[in-house]
Amino acid sequence: MNAVVEITDLHKSFGPREVLRGVDLTVAPGEVVCVIGPSGSGKSTLLRCVNQLEHATAGSVRVLGTEINDPDVDIDAVRQHVGMVFQSFNLFTHQTVLENCTVAQRKVLRRSKAEAEKVALENLARVGLADRAGATPSQLSGGQQQRVAIARALSMDPALMLFDEPTSALDPELVGEVLAVMRELAEGGMTMIVVTHEMAFARDVADRVVFMDGGTILEEGPADQVIGTPREPRTREFLDRVLDPTHR
Amino acid sequence: MTDSRDSSGVPLGRADTSGLRGAPDADPSATDRTPGTSGGAAGAGVSPVVRSRRLSPRRRARLWRGVQYAILLVAVVAVLSAVDRETFTTSVFNLDAARAMLPDLPGAFVNTLTYMLGAFAVGLVLGTVLALMKLSSVAPYRAIATVYIEFFRGIPALLVVLGVAYGVPLAFDLRIDSLIIKIAIALGLVSAAYIAETLRAGIAAVPRGQIEAARSLGMSHSRTMITVVIPQAFRIVLPPMTNEIILLTKDTSLVYLMGVTQAQFELTKVGNNALNSSAGGGMTGLVVAGLCYLVITIPLGFVARHLERRGTKGAAA
Repeated sequence: MNAVVEITDLHKSFGPREVLRGVDLTVAPGEVVCVIGPSGSGKSTLLRCVNQLEHATAGSVRVLGTEINDPDVDIDAVRQHVGMVFQSFNLFTHQTVLENCTVAQRKVLRRSKAEAEKVALENLARVGLADRAGATPSQLSGGQQQRVAIARALSMDPALMLFDEPTSALDPELVGEVLAVMRELAEGGMTMIVVTHEMAFARDVADRVVFMDGGTILEEGPADQVIGTPREPRTREFLDRVLDPTHR
Repeated sequence: MTDSRDSSGVPLGRADTSGLRGAPDADPSATDRTPGTSGGAAGAGVSPVVRSRRLSPRRRARLWRGVQYAILLVAVVAVLSAVDRETFTTSVFNLDAARAMLPDLPGAFVNTLTYMLGAFAVGLVLGTVLALMKLSSVAPYRAIATVYIEFFRGIPALLVVLGVAYGVPLAFDLRIDSLIIKIAIALGLVSAAYIAETLRAGIAAVPRGQIEAARSLGMSHSRTMITVVIPQAFRIVLPPMTNEIILLTKDTSLVYLMGVTQAQFELTKVGNNALNSSAGGGMTGLVVAGLCYLVITIPLGFVARHLERRGTKGAAA
């Protein structure tokens, strides 16, 4: 019962289109779960249901012991503890890197300016960007922006980090720096759910890999097993195509 | 037009390849003929003949540019020579008449600015309310805002000014004595419609990802609006807002419809009065008034551009 995330029979529809058709997923403290699968399989929607950027249609989502589908729940209070990193970075364009990392600490956690800046700089140092604290997002490369986005989320001292295809919008040469930060974070014991197409990362870093297709979890298990020796033919077909683009 | 250019593209393209010649010149027979086969007659053309008949696109562009300059020159000369210099200095821009207006200008200047600022204040407050109504999840609010915006955007400001001056006292038994308040309400009602649309568009233009990022950090809906959406919307909205202020500045001339005393004259009224002044000078008064408006509106444009630059760069400092 001390799972960080506990999803039971989750359904989500956009109008008549059912994107999630009964998903069960439990994430233990310190666990790194990578969600893989073809586009349109519901991976991102599943992730966004965990901090209620999408409202579930039916089912239960318990985050840190709180049932967030309960209409009486203070979702803002839950989100404070759940960091999210987006595919398109979503840094606040009107603020500096430092302000990006302090604004929520100050307005949500009510930390003092000095404390917020101290925490922000620690986290910027952690992602290797302490020297860019005064820059604006537009002055940074995509990889740097994504590392700032990670530092921004970490500055809230989250108990859980959600990554929604964090490297999909990056130039190939910039992917590595972001994955390196995420790997370090995983090794530090952070609980993480990562939606990704980076199979090598999933295989190396994830404790567990979840393969989704058509709005359900088709297969899950240890990274080596799911990616190395998948049981389901559909998983194998997907991995064949992803791992060897010349396959077809 | 485009069609004829398009069709001419084919032979021109061929002329171009022939422009690359050198080797084909020396050996024009077999290889040179291949690209030209489709053209029949033109295909037979050995490169020098084709070139001399047609201008290359670059030469044609240069020629056309020359023609444009020539047209401009002719137009300027025609206008200048058509000006009757004597009449111009006596009754269009008569320095003596302009000088005679000088004492009235500062007051008119201040009045124009006061009316404009009053109207903008009303417009901004009402416009913000309307924009929020337009974004409301309560349908009747949206409907009211839409009707308001369509109405006041669609009727001339002159009618609204007359309405506030003469219609409102009759309809509501409400007498407003202050001219500033009356003109601020009249022009504010009109500009609120435009400002509401501008603000709504500015808020809607803030990317969804910005809002999601703020919410994912635990910010409430209103906190997100205040901290993330509105500062970004403001930057988006700045240029059209300047435009609105410029329009308002000009619309203050409508105040004369409400009946004004000497002390309440604004620029257009002063200019108009100068037409009948003993100092003569013909329409000099109107020219001077026009220049005075430019003294207000042109710097406004500069300020807006400056703020815009600082808006994007300022965060870097």
